[in-house]
Amino acid sequence: MTSQEKSIVKSIRNFLLVSTREYAIIYMLLSLFIFLSITAQNFLSMNNMVNVFRQSAIFGILAAGEFFVIISGMIDLSVSSTAALSGILFAMIFKAGGVAMAPVAIIVGILAGLIVGLINGLLVSKLEIPPFIATLGSYLYIRGIVYMTTNAYPIVSLVDEYKFLGRGFIFGIPVPVIIMVIVFIVSIILSERKKLGRYFYAIGGNEEAAYLSGIDSVKIKTLAFTVAGLMSAIAGIILMSRLGSGQPNAAIGYEFEAIIAVVLGGVSFSGGKGKALNVFFGTLFVAMLVNGMTILNVNPFAQQIIKGVVFIIAIWADVLRNKTSK
Amino acid sequence: MNNTPILKINNVSKFFPGVTALDAVTMEIYEGEVHAIVGENGAGKSTLIKIISGAYTKDEGSIIFDEHEIENLSPVECINLGISTVHQELRLVEQLTVLENILLGSPIEKSTYFGKFVDWKATRKEAARLLDSMGINISPNALVSELSVAKKQVVEICKALSRNAKLVIMDEPSASLTEKELEVLFRIIRKLKKDGITVIYISHRLEEIFQITDRVTVMRDGKHIITDDVSNIDRRKLIKHMVGREIENIFPDRTISSGYPLLAVESLSIPGVLEDINFTLHEGEILGIAGLVGSGRTELARALFGVDIIGSGEISIRGESTFIRNIPDAIKHKMALIPEDRKLQGLVPDLSVGMNISLVGIDQILKNSLINKMLEKNIAEEYIKILDIQTPSWTQLIKYLSGGNQQKCVLAKWLVVDSDILIFDEPTRGIDVGAKQEIYKLLTKLASQGKGIIMISSELPEIIGISHRILVMHDGRITGEVDPRETSQEEIMYLATI
Repeated sequence: MTSQEKSIVKSIRNFLLVSTREYAIIYMLLSLFIFLSITAQNFLSMNNMVNVFRQSAIFGILAAGEFFVIISGMIDLSVSSTAALSGILFAMIFKAGGVAMAPVAIIVGILAGLIVGLINGLLVSKLEIPPFIATLGSYLYIRGIVYMTTNAYPIVSLVDEYKFLGRGFIFGIPVPVIIMVIVFIVSIILSERKKLGRYFYAIGGNEEAAYLSGIDSVKIKTLAFTVAGLMSAIAGIILMSRLGSGQPNAAIGYEFEAIIAVVLGGVSFSGGKGKALNVFFGTLFVAMLVNGMTILNVNPFAQQIIKGVVFIIAIWADVLRNKTSK
Repeated sequence: MNNTPILKINNVSKFFPGVTALDAVTMEIYEGEVHAIVGENGAGKSTLIKIISGAYTKDEGSIIFDEHEIENLSPVECINLGISTVHQELRLVEQLTVLENILLGSPIEKSTYFGKFVDWKATRKEAARLLDSMGINISPNALVSELSVAKKQVVEICKALSRNAKLVIMDEPSASLTEKELEVLFRIIRKLKKDGITVIYISHRLEEIFQITDRVTVMRDGKHIITDDVSNIDRRKLIKHMVGREIENIFPDRTISSGYPLLAVESLSIPGVLEDINFTLHEGEILGIAGLVGSGRTELARALFGVDIIGSGEISIRGESTFIRNIPDAIKHKMALIPEDRKLQGLVPDLSVGMNISLVGIDQILKNSLINKMLEKNIAEEYIKILDIQTPSWTQLIKYLSGGNQQKCVLAKWLVVDSDILIFDEPTRGIDVGAKQEIYKLLTKLASQGKGIIMISSELPEIIGISHRILVMHDGRITGEVDPRETSQEEIMYLATI
């Protein structure tokens, strides 16, 4: 590297170090907001703002689930498949039973998410399979189950009520946004005020010390995945409702959006560090970025490149922060 | 040894945000000497070492090594100049063989028609020669992961020599060695010295300084305090320079222990690990457990605390026969384990002091099943005061505290739940003299409050200094019980190697 290149790398590093402290995501979000307000036409319109929030809802709920797994020092790659499974079950039961069966459809969808989460948790905590590998396997087999149950055909001709959770409004606020806000409030309370949340941080921060302090790490890790399964189920149900049908290949790739949001929110991949509220801001950042790029007519393929780069930079920031805090 | 300096450090300073880690340090290291650098944690030893070996860059001053100015060099460039460091945490590739590790980065190559290749034959010969010269039996083909810590250290030293090191820096090399292994290390250091290689030796164990080094430098608060011949200085003076004040007797007066039995262990065994362990711990007693690394001391602590399941035998607590299945069971019986590796086993580094303190007794800070900040703060501040923990606030992340203060937090965690059978595994490892003295006072105070304390330690002076009784272990068995007022280090070593 030439000295000029060295100094460029150095200045990016310094920026990342400063900009990834606890409140960094708020500044990043504000900067992006101001930038898009100036450059992107109609970005500030009420319609578009509602759109940004609605787009962020599904990723946000997935990110909230992913957050609990990551602060516990692990990762869940299967959230998108789980969402699809829960959503498909919701659609199938809704179609078969109609509006009267809606509560059953929701409950079955959520149960499916909980069971998948429980299995993921046991694979990791009991069988001690590394989380990355275990949930990569789940990612595959769960999607397989979705294709098997539907024969890969979409579930269509659903009644209008089916779309309420995804497209409905209560007091003028989109239902998915309301659910996302509730999910984040619960997540903040769970992570900061509940014993279980404290245990997630302890296990993620130092599993051995947590274990020697009497914390049942098998149970706590399993619960972290179960929470992620629950969140995936909620997100999946909302997603299918929004699509107005049951799409077997829905949500593919969503785990990345969720993980990007979590990492942008300053949550460390090494576990034990980060705040739920910042994950919410991370989610908004991703949604705003995607929305802005669409308005600015950025080529969709280029959008993918940009998302990938943002992801890598966010991870780099995490790596740097861990290095300097030693 | 002659008096030509091989390393000249002139007015070197290093600043970190808010801290002056090194304050205009000036010193010289002579060619071929064994030079000790001592000081409490935070004295600046590690920072100085890191600057010499290229891991940090200095902010002011100059360093001249072997007539080369060291300025903005990377660690690799420093190694090429002839400065090698043997780190406390050894930096070997566990999955490779001894041979591969020694010549990693500096293999002997031969040129062929297709380019350069490793000349394995020559490489193997060179590695064997180096290992031979150490006078210790290690096969070049053994996997590093299968070696003991002591042997790994020898490999690390060979690695340094293979790169033609002129100066070898040893950072706490004795921290995890047994007495016997220490002898091997000393023999190797003497050999290095004979071959004209300069050694910088950093250790918390002052006895070693007098045994092996020629000159000693004391650092305190980032400053150079004194450099003198070891023969001109005694232990007391050394400690005085290190802490900046005189420490009369580092061990507090022994309290009297005559309480009821708290814990009784009868013929406890774990096949292949522990054999027929019998002892009783009384209220108000400090029971020392001595023995070499691998003698079963830590295993005994783990078995008592429910980490490992016992094979046979009986444990009674306060006269009642109990079976401890897991850690929560042990906690219910008011047992506590303060583990030997504080950073890896004792604390959660990224949580605050307060969160660490309330980790075990978390139920005490719940109100309506939610964590209550006020209760959390009260408990944290109470123990910060009782144990005199030095921290700017209870919300400070625990990783920023010094070793001694971290150890107090680990202890506080157990006092919150009112534990009264406290098992300390190497309670003063890696903490400095001043903090050690404080830990001794705390142990004695806890005993005087009627708690029973089991203290496992490799440091014979400390185990003799504060225990009421000492059990010596070897090979999974208790080989003897001695009275610390009448015993000697020699007697304990004899029982530990029986």
